[in-house]
Amino acid sequence: MIKRFIDFIDNAENIKKTRKLFYIILILVIFSDFFVHREHAAFFWDKIPGWGALYGFISCVLIIIVSKFIGHQGGVMKDENYYDK
Amino acid sequence: MSWFHPSIFLIFGAFLIPFLSGRVLKAYLVMIPALVIMTIFLMSPGTYWIYNFLGNEIIFGKVDKLSLIFGYVFSIMSLIGITYALHVEDKGQHMAGFLYMGSSIGVTFAGDYFTLFIFWEIMAFASAYLVFARREKKAVEAGFRYILVHIFGGVCLLGGIILRYIGTGSLLFGPIEHDSSLAFYLILIGFILNAAVPPLHAWLTDAYPEATVTGAVFMSAFTTKTAVYVLVRAFPGTEILVWLGTMMALYGVVYAVLENDARRLLAYHIVSQVGYMVTGVGMGTEMALNGSVSHAFAHILYKALLFMGAGAVIHMTGKRKLTELGGIYKTMPLTFTLYMIGGFAISAFPLFSGFVSKSMVVAAASHEHRPFVMLLLTMASSGTFLHTGLKLPYYMFFGKDSGIRAKEPPTNMLIAMGMAAFLCIGIGVFPGPLYSVLPYEVHFDPYTGDHVTGALGMLMFTALGFFMLLKRLEPEPTISIDADWFYRKGSRVFMWVANKPIAAYEGYIGEIYNLWFTNLTLKLSDFLWRVFDSRIIDGIVNSVASIYLGITSFVWRIFDVRVIDGLVNNFAEFWIDFGGVARLSQTGRVRNYAFFMLLGGGILISYYLFR
Repeated sequence: MIKRFIDFIDNAENIKKTRKLFYIILILVIFSDFFVHREHAAFFWDKIPGWGALYGFISCVLIIIVSKFIGHQGGVMKDENYYDK
Repeated sequence: MSWFHPSIFLIFGAFLIPFLSGRVLKAYLVMIPALVIMTIFLMSPGTYWIYNFLGNEIIFGKVDKLSLIFGYVFSIMSLIGITYALHVEDKGQHMAGFLYMGSSIGVTFAGDYFTLFIFWEIMAFASAYLVFARREKKAVEAGFRYILVHIFGGVCLLGGIILRYIGTGSLLFGPIEHDSSLAFYLILIGFILNAAVPPLHAWLTDAYPEATVTGAVFMSAFTTKTAVYVLVRAFPGTEILVWLGTMMALYGVVYAVLENDARRLLAYHIVSQVGYMVTGVGMGTEMALNGSVSHAFAHILYKALLFMGAGAVIHMTGKRKLTELGGIYKTMPLTFTLYMIGGFAISAFPLFSGFVSKSMVVAAASHEHRPFVMLLLTMASSGTFLHTGLKLPYYMFFGKDSGIRAKEPPTNMLIAMGMAAFLCIGIGVFPGPLYSVLPYEVHFDPYTGDHVTGALGMLMFTALGFFMLLKRLEPEPTISIDADWFYRKGSRVFMWVANKPIAAYEGYIGEIYNLWFTNLTLKLSDFLWRVFDSRIIDGIVNSVASIYLGITSFVWRIFDVRVIDGLVNNFAEFWIDFGGVARLSQTGRVRNYAFFMLLGGGILISYYLFR
């Protein structure tokens, strides 16, 4: 089983297939969010279908961009020998 | 049924380790944690092992639902951790591991502050050994910083305990009145330092990645989670913790983006995850506290699994930086699979343990109607999947091929990872047993339609964002400065300021030297004489010494009623004397300068320690 798994990943064509599968999953997840029963909506956004997906995507992009900005422009990232100097 | 303290097995059992070897040792190492698990699972609630001391009750066995659930997970974790470390030859590490686990369980069942504090300090010292044990210069330095920070935390805690004792006359460990007294804050600082709440968190991210591969697994489980336990016990509903916790959940995520060292990235995610628990404690409702406790339970297992996975890679490849790793899924597929189970669990995928625990804290924020807390915690969840579930495994196991062809780790490591992985999935699929042992009754079902689809949407679109921004997220060979900068570099800034004027007046140095040298000798002799003469210096030296050596003398003092009074007096005297010194510093008297020289000496010593 493990060998099959490795061979599967090693094959470049399978990567394309995996990507397609990934997109299908994305669509399915959004789609299913329209049909679930929402009984305990504490905030207005809890009623918006696809809110989780949207917020997840925004969060991810924000985290990457803001953190890298702090790291590079904020001077947080230093040379590896910083403390040895 | 009579009660037996499970820590006895571990703490006293540790001292048998040097006399055993080979298979006997291995059997012994596994048997003891198994015995501890049995003892704790057979316990029934109650208060046991109460001793009278100074007219106060010393309680070793406070067993209720809250201490029991932590007892369960700590004992399970001790078996997993020791299994992971079975191949290690260094007996010192096994001993330190045993003491560390035993004292953590000791803290869990402590019913009063004395017992708690003693176990608390054993924990700090035993865990420091796991850092020293790597025996490299960087590890030893990090170990010293680790222990110094924990001594500071211990002193705060001790100060708080003593002040509280003076104020209330009680040593019982329970919810603390929110009276904003100094005692309240000192105890809180002592606790949140161990919970790694920024800016008191840098000891964790500094030391954990420097510890031994097996030591870091223990460390990831015990120190921060005992801190969560004591916070749940003593500080439920402390508003400031809501915001500290929310902030730390995001703080860890931001640093994880920048981090290149595999285990340091995971360490930043401990900070982030403990943030959820601290937030839950701050909200203080039954649901929030249940959330904190169940999240601590789940977290110990999946975080250990992640540390074991990353540790296995480091153990087999000898590399720890993401920029130097990549493409090793070919030869370590089992490690990869097990790691990913931990990754899905921490990311709170449905059917994994994080899903049933983390969501309880977030749902508690919704119930309490705290929109910002809820949104920020959800954002941190996205960051968690981004790093632990995507970035780290992608660059460690896939990414560009580093050409490393490392084998799978030793069987005992794989077994330990398998045990943790089994529990991560088990709890996720059947949350019932975990919910039934939570401190309060659970009215929460994680598997509702909207919750599952919402979580899946959040996670899958985080993955989409990750693959879209893959180029920007490429690890960089850098380190990130954090709060530890102040004690690693800060002393050097101080020295620079001190040196600069002297360098500028180079011509006068000889003169200055003479002046100071002669003065110094004079002052020193004067000082030595006054130590015996003046009550003030005497008091300061005694008090400072008794505070800093408090840990050792504390244990000893337990047996002497009168000296405890002395300690309390000394502590009070310290502040009176300190006030006196502050007043006297204007008089120009020699003994005052002597005090400042002592202070300067301390700074100099710390400079040599940290440079």
